Amino acid sequence: MAASKKKKSPTPRKGARRIQRNWQDQLRAWKAHHKASAKDAWQRLIGAPVATAMTVLVIAIALALPAGLSVLLTNAQVATQDWDGNAHLSVFLSADTSPNAQQELAAAWREREDIQRIEVVTREEALEEFKALSGFGDALDALPENPLPPLLMVYPTTTDAGVLETLQKELASHHAVDVVQLDVLWVKRLHAMIETVARIVSVLTIALATAVVLVVVNTIRLGIESRREEIVVVKIVGGTDGFVRRPFLYTGFCYGFLGGVLSVLLVQIALLWVGKPVDELILLYESQFELVGIGWSNVLVIPLFAGLLGLMGAWLAVSRHIQDVDPYLL
Amino acid sequence: MIEFLQVSKRYPLAGGYRDALSRVSMRLHAGELTFLTGHSGAGKSTLLKLIMMIERPTAGDIRVRGQSLNRIPTSGIAHWRRNIGMVHQNHQLLFDRTVHDNVALPLIIAGYSAREASRRVSAALDKVGLLGKQHLNPMMLSGGEQQRVGIARAVVNKPPLLLADEPTGNLDPVLSAEIMDLFEDFARVGVTVLIATHDLVLIQEYHHRCLQLEQGRLVAS
Ligand SMILES: Nc1ncnc2c1ncn2[C@@H]1O[C@H](COP(=O)(O)OP(=O)(O)OP(=O)(O)O)[C@@H](O)[C@H]1O
Ligand SMILES: [Mg+2]
Repeated sequence: MAASKKKKSPTPRKGARRIQRNWQDQLRAWKAHHKASAKDAWQRLIGAPVATAMTVLVIAIALALPAGLSVLLTNAQVATQDWDGNAHLSVFLSADTSPNAQQELAAAWREREDIQRIEVVTREEALEEFKALSGFGDALDALPENPLPPLLMVYPTTTDAGVLETLQKELASHHAVDVVQLDVLWVKRLHAMIETVARIVSVLTIALATAVVLVVVNTIRLGIESRREEIVVVKIVGGTDGFVRRPFLYTGFCYGFLGGVLSVLLVQIALLWVGKPVDELILLYESQFELVGIGWSNVLVIPLFAGLLGLMGAWLAVSRHIQDVDPYLL
Repeated sequence: MIEFLQVSKRYPLAGGYRDALSRVSMRLHAGELTFLTGHSGAGKSTLLKLIMMIERPTAGDIRVRGQSLNRIPTSGIAHWRRNIGMVHQNHQLLFDRTVHDNVALPLIIAGYSAREASRRVSAALDKVGLLGKQHLNPMMLSGGEQQRVGIARAVVNKPPLLLADEPTGNLDPVLSAEIMDLFEDFARVGVTVLIATHDLVLIQEYHHRCLQLEQGRLVAS
């Protein structure tokens, strides 16, 4: 705008001064209109509290769903990330293996490159542990002899699936070995499942973000419709499209932002709700795990992101419908 | 000030078209008050819409101080309209704000500060004799008063060009005369005024130049 004035100004020196004043005036007017638009948008929102609450709630729910799911997902990932390190082979020896033979076998295998360490569990230790864990103490005492085989817990140096399977086969081929159980497949399955759920959450996020944009488009479209006369008058007295657009953009941003704030609240409330049973569960499993919240950065990021979605919706609505409102009413 | 060069406007219609204006050539001078008359459908409003750039001519050129309106891009239309005050039969006031805020709208759009805008609004309302009513809602005013608020809004940023489409359409002769006196005052201070009207009595009473349209053709000027 200042540039076009510059072209027209007849004398450069005088023109230069005028440009500066115009430029400053324009900037001041622009800022003033932004302020007025924001205020106007806000007053219209709180002027129709029920309608506003409905829109904001729809947006909040649409956002709380993916936000809540990703919090759950983060928790699942945190809870399972060190299970890899726990991958081990339970090597059950035949029942007649003597404690000495068991120790020797363990010593021999400890030399192997692919084995990090071995825990020796004698038949007696196995029985004690089983009694303590199962609570069948007395019933087991009644048995004529210890039914549990000697056990070697083999912790491998790697979690690579191929290496583990080879190791499993080699250990199983020893004559004293009854059965080798590889406790890793289910971990892999779990990780694959978490990965799948993560993808689903991404798709869901995109779908629901689109829904938020569409909700705002529709709400703003109605707003434009109800302010048609005002838009016509503004256009006739020389209001630019930007001038007409501005209050609607602020309205869209407010819808999104408020929806985002509310969605964060919803997720936090849901976390508090599930927090107690989860804590009890964790105690039962003697785990170090602690429930991960929505995170401080997300408390800010989600409302801003939602605000951007609202801005986008408003922009789409206004650029599509502002042309419809041309001052034909003469 | 404004020059029409062989201007035509053709509207597409279902199954054909309609020539609202055909090869109209004329010139309006600064400080001149001109009537634009003709039967209903003759093309009066279309001519005003072309000046407002609500429509663009199908053929021909409109020049303002030698500059062609055809050259103004769509993005420049809003700024062009700030040179024009427009008065409508149905005044188009906004009933969700005061008289003052209605009149201030063109100034706010043009970027005046609130204080400067208020000063000019008061001057414009004083000019149309409504200074005392600036804090009322326009709904509370009579038809003639509403029309005068519309005029105040049209002239508040001192445009060099004032257009009016049936400005006295709804008013009795006394009020019409008041409005006409206002338009004459503006012409006297150098504003180019163009008034589209059916009102032959008005045209005869005030001796000004009169452009007459018939079926989109200029038949008398
Ligand atoms: N947007 C449009 N699309 C199609 N035809 C139109 C359009 N606007 C006007 N017309 C036609 O163009 C012709 C001129 O219309 P215009 O409104 O300029 O007449 P007018 O002289 O202002 O009439 P009135 O005195 O009734 O207001 C009319 O026949 C009208 O039907
Ligand atoms: Mg008309």
